[in-house]
Amino acid sequence: MIQHLPILQVIIPLLAAPICFILKEARLVRWFVLIANVMAFVISIMLLQQVNLHGTLVYSLGGWEAPVGIEYRIDELNAYLLILVTSISTITLMAAGKSLTKEIPESKITYFYIAYMLCLTGLLGIVTTGDAFNVFVFLEISSLASYTMIAMGNDRRSLWASYQYLIMGTIGATFILIGIGLMYMMTGTLNMYDLAERLPEVEHTKTVFTAFAFFLVGVCLKLALFPLHLWLPNAYAYAPSIATVFLAATATKVAIYVLLRFIFSVYGFEFSFSHLPLTEILVSLGLLGVIAASIVAIYQTNIKRLFAYSSVSQIGYMILGIGIGSKTGLTATMLHLFNHALMKSAIFLALAGVVYRVGSVNIKAFAGLGKQMPWTMAAIVVGGLSLIGVPLTVGFVSKWYLVLALLESNWWPIAVLVMIGSLLAIAYIWRLVEVAYFKPALQNNQSYKEAPLAILIPAWIFVIANIYFGIDTSFTVGVSEKTAELLFGGAR
Amino acid sequence: MRLKPIRIRSRAIEILINVILLAFLAITALSLAFTKDLFASVMLTGIYSLLSAAFFVLMDAVDVAFTEAAVGAGISTILMVTTLTMTGRFENRKLHHPKIALSVVIVTGVMLVIGTMDMPAFGSDTAPAQVHLAPYFIMQSGEDIDIPNIVTSVLASYRGFDTFGEVVVVFTAVIGVLALLEFSRKDNESAEKPAPMSQHKILRIVSKILIPPIMLFALYVQFHGEYGPGGGFQAGVIFASSIILYAMLFGIEQTRKAVSMPVVKVLAALGVLIYGSVGIVSMLNGGNYLDYNALAESNITGQHVGIIIIELGVGITVATAMILIFLTFARRIGKTNEGTA
Amino acid sequence: MNFLEQYNYWIVILLMMSGFYIVIAHGNLIKKLMGLTVFQTSVFILYISISKVIGGTAPILDDQYTVYSNPLPHVLILTAIVVGVATTALGLALAVRIKEAYGTVEEDVIQEKDLQQEGSAE
Repeated sequence: MIQHLPILQVIIPLLAAPICFILKEARLVRWFVLIANVMAFVISIMLLQQVNLHGTLVYSLGGWEAPVGIEYRIDELNAYLLILVTSISTITLMAAGKSLTKEIPESKITYFYIAYMLCLTGLLGIVTTGDAFNVFVFLEISSLASYTMIAMGNDRRSLWASYQYLIMGTIGATFILIGIGLMYMMTGTLNMYDLAERLPEVEHTKTVFTAFAFFLVGVCLKLALFPLHLWLPNAYAYAPSIATVFLAATATKVAIYVLLRFIFSVYGFEFSFSHLPLTEILVSLGLLGVIAASIVAIYQTNIKRLFAYSSVSQIGYMILGIGIGSKTGLTATMLHLFNHALMKSAIFLALAGVVYRVGSVNIKAFAGLGKQMPWTMAAIVVGGLSLIGVPLTVGFVSKWYLVLALLESNWWPIAVLVMIGSLLAIAYIWRLVEVAYFKPALQNNQSYKEAPLAILIPAWIFVIANIYFGIDTSFTVGVSEKTAELLFGGAR
Repeated sequence: MRLKPIRIRSRAIEILINVILLAFLAITALSLAFTKDLFASVMLTGIYSLLSAAFFVLMDAVDVAFTEAAVGAGISTILMVTTLTMTGRFENRKLHHPKIALSVVIVTGVMLVIGTMDMPAFGSDTAPAQVHLAPYFIMQSGEDIDIPNIVTSVLASYRGFDTFGEVVVVFTAVIGVLALLEFSRKDNESAEKPAPMSQHKILRIVSKILIPPIMLFALYVQFHGEYGPGGGFQAGVIFASSIILYAMLFGIEQTRKAVSMPVVKVLAALGVLIYGSVGIVSMLNGGNYLDYNALAESNITGQHVGIIIIELGVGITVATAMILIFLTFARRIGKTNEGTA
Repeated sequence: MNFLEQYNYWIVILLMMSGFYIVIAHGNLIKKLMGLTVFQTSVFILYISISKVIGGTAPILDDQYTVYSNPLPHVLILTAIVVGVATTALGLALAVRIKEAYGTVEEDVIQEKDLQQEGSAE
């Protein structure tokens, strides 16, 4: 069975979804989904072992070798991303049982779990596949599932947010489709590694340039790069808390993976950075995103929305790292990809706890919560410190590498702007801390208990990871450097 | 057969049809932008789909044309009309930042036009797309899989995993629609309303006569996909349309009595599972996932068995999915109009 | 570059852009979805145009013919059509729910109501 691991990674969650539909009973479905998730997590670890032992794994679906058929291709980059996605998905799911009962009507919980599994399937499929069109198909699976999850929030604005996301997401997917079509037109192939071989022959044509541009814009819509981020804040703010945790921690990360794959492995560093002004575009958009989204975040009264804007600005950092176009820059991006997932999981899970007890994430509702829910609030604060980039948290590590990369390229003014971004993060975190710890509880407030352990423990797993990987950086930095190396090495 | 020499001589006509169809498409798309009546807009969207289906036939994409006609002009149109009965017929006159929108569109369009500069000429047989993978499929599929319809070979075998993904997308849409629109009505509320078309005797009788042949045709399309255009997807849509026709004439509650909803739901999931388990079986038999060669002694038999079973899975999921989606929409009509009236 | 050679593609671009324009400029949620359908269908036309070989025939093997159009884009578009209708169905379902929750399917009215709600919440 070992050689089938790459496909099992995807079809176990995939087949779990229709089985859940037959099972129906929410409690049964919950355990079933959890087991499938744990299996996916175990498989992702085994996959990493296999990759470390044998190098890149190639799996031809249907027994047809690529480029005739579709292949799954897993190298270290994919393997680490798979671990990231499956581990976060599993831990988040532990909290789902409690959190969902408060936020979703009983009769819809099964549907939520199915959508969750389908979304996971889509994301895993995107990461494992080596075929450009297959990316599109699985992207749509994950997107449709996320629209569903977002729309299940209990505020009517969740519907509107989901609709907006559907429109922008579909425009993005259609752009990606145009890009893939033009690539196919010029090369006759859909396999990413075959594309990488055949694109250099036609790389000076305007068609390939257009294909690249459309693909890029499409992916950037999906990953909410400023100014294409408009769908994200409301989607994260009004989705059920569990959906927010899962999407914030994984969906944008997978989109960034797709971006990296196509920029570095398919088109190649040469094409992306010498023929095109990619550095200028990505660095300026990244910076703008960091600054603008942070400023907007400061003025938010809905705390989930505040952290959603913070996500937009953090995505800016990642894009900035890619834009630098150096190995250190890419290392910073990879680090931040991993670290940001940890931060946001911790914060949004803790917020799920707040929603569970308080029923609101309006900033006013946080008054006095510092005393009433000390562990929950502490989780948010540690996550916030990590967002700012305080030493001993993971946020510090990735910012450090980002600044290092900028100084290496002698771009100190941009490094200064990155620092300013961190200052802005202090501003929006402080607002929350001030209300939670220094304002007395509102008089008509009843006293709230600590969030239930089922939510608190998963949140604190992430909090501890935030600190652990902030102190012992050897693992994350090692992985990031290796994958950056790999991407710069070209296609194979 | 006898058509071939005529085809060559009729190149000029083909080009003429091409130009006219594209012009019609353009007119339809533009008038859609200016129509305020949403019912008219739905019709225009349907016409657009039909015209593009005609264009696909001209471009030799018969399978695609079949699907586009069934889905674009059929299912989407029905769903949109059903939605309009709930959301209202006319749209607001106000456009949304029309100048910004126009400039975004123009920039995008110009980008694409720039992209066409270096494109290989239309219809050229030396274009990269025609010389790399396409010859393999055309030359080898007969030997590898031995069914005449190359599109079916590629769809069901060479790129069978994409098709699996496609079935999962349909399944995801069902989950989404059910999660959003399904509701349980208390028994006393489901009081039998008269069937919507009870006055239209002719319509009812003609349709009643039509429904069985439509179902039969669906089965034909299902099992004929290897030889001609068609396959599980088209068959599923056609089968679903017969049920939808029934529902439109005899009412939703009546249909829900005739077609058991829990069974339909189980079938929707079952289709996905059938497709998926073909892959599992080939894995257990020592092949890769969805490797049909591993299903039987000889490769060709294996391929045939595999394709028939997965097409069945596709057909079941698509048919039940379309039925579920339509019935869920249609049942919502009462509730929405109660709520907002 | 021959003008006629690229004629098909230019019309297709015009089609795509009119769909795209409807999506972003119109405020009615149903109309937006129609625009999306037109946009996507036009992309399908682009793909199918790529597959055409002049003098070729539909890719169904027959001893009479030797030149076939490229079957691969056909397969991709079959998949994409299904994805398209799935998206439309979900979008329409959302529109129905929005109508129930907001009493309208016009973008500007919805945004206005959201602003009011946020104003009153504070």
